[in-house]
Amino acid sequence: MKTKSLLAVVSAGALLAALAGCSPDVSAGGGSTDSAGGGDAGSCSNTIVNKDAPQVSVWAWYPNINTVVDMFNKSHDDVQVCWSNAGQGADEYAKFSTAIAAGTGAPDVVMLEAEVVPGFILQDALVDLSEHGADDVKANFSAGAWKDVSSGDSVYAIPVDGGPMAMIYRADIFTKYGITVPTTWDEYAAAAQQLKDAGGPFMGDFGSNVPAWFTALMTQNGQKAWDYESADPQKIGIDLNDDGSKKVADYWQDLVKKGLVDTKDQFNTDYIGGLANGSYATYVSAAWAPGYLTGAGASTEGDGAQWQAAPLPQWDPANPVSVNWGGSTFAVTTQAKDKDLAATVAKELYASDEELQDGVDTQTIFPLNQKMLASDAFATTPVKFFNGQTANKDVYIPAENAYEGYTYSPFTTYYYSELTKSMVSIIDGSKSGSQSLDDLQKTMTDYAKAQGFTVK
Amino acid sequence: MTNPAAVLRAPSRRRNLRRPWIGWLFIAPFGVIFLVFLVAPLVYAFYLSLFSKGLATGTTFSGAGNYVKAFTDPEFLSGIWFVIRFAVILIPIQMAVSLAAALVLDALTTRLSRFARLAIFVPYAIPAVVGTLMWGFLYSPTFGPLTDLFKVVNQSAPEILSSGNIFGGLLNIVVWQWAGYYMIIIYAALRGIDPSIYEAARIDGAGPRQIAFRIKVPMISSAMALILVFALIGTLQFFTEPQVLRPISNGSITSSFTPNIYAFDLAFRFSQFNYASTISFSLGIVVFIAVYIFLFASRKRRGGLS
Repeated sequence: MKTKSLLAVVSAGALLAALAGCSPDVSAGGGSTDSAGGGDAGSCSNTIVNKDAPQVSVWAWYPNINTVVDMFNKSHDDVQVCWSNAGQGADEYAKFSTAIAAGTGAPDVVMLEAEVVPGFILQDALVDLSEHGADDVKANFSAGAWKDVSSGDSVYAIPVDGGPMAMIYRADIFTKYGITVPTTWDEYAAAAQQLKDAGGPFMGDFGSNVPAWFTALMTQNGQKAWDYESADPQKIGIDLNDDGSKKVADYWQDLVKKGLVDTKDQFNTDYIGGLANGSYATYVSAAWAPGYLTGAGASTEGDGAQWQAAPLPQWDPANPVSVNWGGSTFAVTTQAKDKDLAATVAKELYASDEELQDGVDTQTIFPLNQKMLASDAFATTPVKFFNGQTANKDVYIPAENAYEGYTYSPFTTYYYSELTKSMVSIIDGSKSGSQSLDDLQKTMTDYAKAQGFTVK
Repeated sequence: MTNPAAVLRAPSRRRNLRRPWIGWLFIAPFGVIFLVFLVAPLVYAFYLSLFSKGLATGTTFSGAGNYVKAFTDPEFLSGIWFVIRFAVILIPIQMAVSLAAALVLDALTTRLSRFARLAIFVPYAIPAVVGTLMWGFLYSPTFGPLTDLFKVVNQSAPEILSSGNIFGGLLNIVVWQWAGYYMIIIYAALRGIDPSIYEAARIDGAGPRQIAFRIKVPMISSAMALILVFALIGTLQFFTEPQVLRPISNGSITSSFTPNIYAFDLAFRFSQFNYASTISFSLGIVVFIAVYIFLFASRKRRGGLS
């Protein structure tokens, strides 16, 4: 009897160890099944027009990528794009990381948000495009947009889509409660109080799952979080708890404490529903917001909602600062077989007039390409979401042109995960805003040291 | 005296030698899959867990270093502590619910019983992700029915996914999802009992309640032990439900909420495959210990699971 039960324990144990070991199996398994490396035609989600031309595989999740890839393939005899969607944001990065670790399975060209580019550079996953003619297209982009993807003289991605920040607001709610559009954060807080006193909705939202948003707002008040260059990847400077950042953290904690803003997570049905039904008077957001909200079903036509765009409120109106939230790029992976050809695709996809125009028409892309950004047609387009307001000219183009760029850390996802914890403590009041940033500074410094960086 | 059977068997000795080879052939389809998809990845993951790699450093052999780090890592330990608490609360509730349902269904003889059995089992047939998303909507203060219910008594609905209530919210989902499955296992065991035992009990003057608790429950104790082990393993590896609820949890589900979520995030979000492997194996060790403790504690009453 005893041996039998021992046997049962041992076999059960083996089984458990097997089950618990499930997660790393994926890493060991060698990446995704839809391995697009080297232009495997079988895995394309699009049709190849010129079958004789060499193919470049691309992972991307732009809503209109299907149309744009078709346009690209029709207009190119020398190269064809083989596109597949490997998931949006974090899902794609997970697959890409796995492919890097496995050494195979990555596409030739990958869509990345600028914030994760340094992390992938550190993993030797991206090709320095300055050696593959990136300078040819440098003039197409603002200095800020170009800085987001470069490190020193090296360029690791080509910008496509940007997210200059602005405040969109409900003109109907503002009128109803007699509120003037705030231009500074002090006015924003005052308007929020006015709304609450009059029994109105929340002024805005401070959601813990938008650390990129909070980072941008702290940057607006002078935070220079990271001192890092991919050319010297062992060293990093971290400065998250300067006075400006603390002021921003305490400011939002105060709004939360007074019940002036909501604390819901964003990008889910609950939040979108709240935006649509008038639970929020403003949405501090970026240029992609109108397109995103339209796609999610919140529109101007229904519910009598009248959305308008206004510049982002400022801390010091004499010295306005423009910041960015989101935005994406194309990078060439080190697993690309023909890096020159892949670089050509990274440079030319979403770059022709026709392709750019489709992004504007479908409200899916806020183009960083100056060909579109500087054109009259783009500036004067009345935006349907804003009841015909020429929001590009009034708000978003000036914001993008004033954007100075940002230096990201090579561990953005970890930083965001920790910042989310800080934001939770800001919301639940377990720490003061300043204290949570002091703790965050310590956490990130310890993390950087543990990962082998020399902290400046 | 010669044994005729032995004489008959003697010439077949040569065939006996061949038999092991044939046997391997039969288990080959299973064996290959077992080796390629289970043993090899496990060995590889274990191999990975012995090395450490920082973002800014190369890979170095660290032996048990990662394991020491894991078992002193407050993030990992808090995740372990959460799933243990969760198991301690969840399993008794789950077993009570499924046992009660099975006993009632076993006693019922009307046509309703077949329908009820199906209705209780249906949640298990719904994919965990779909079920969790559905509960996410039911919990939602905007779309869910709670807001309307609480309005009747002029109260505002509780935020079930807030950090204070998430424990109960997840508990409810898991019980709903799994009680039907465990009910079927118990029900099948109940059906396997010889009805003549009930008859004997009745002749001895036992009432329905006595039959249920004095006859049925002791006779299905091995099925109960089985589902307890299932539930224990499943709970310690808790992943799907919190992962799905994460985008709407307002920050109450962190990257180290459960050990499996921690391992997933380490590997696929923070690019730390080595340490993620260590966390997975450490979790395996914890599960092994937990199940061993359970089996050891219950060894006197039964002769093991088998």
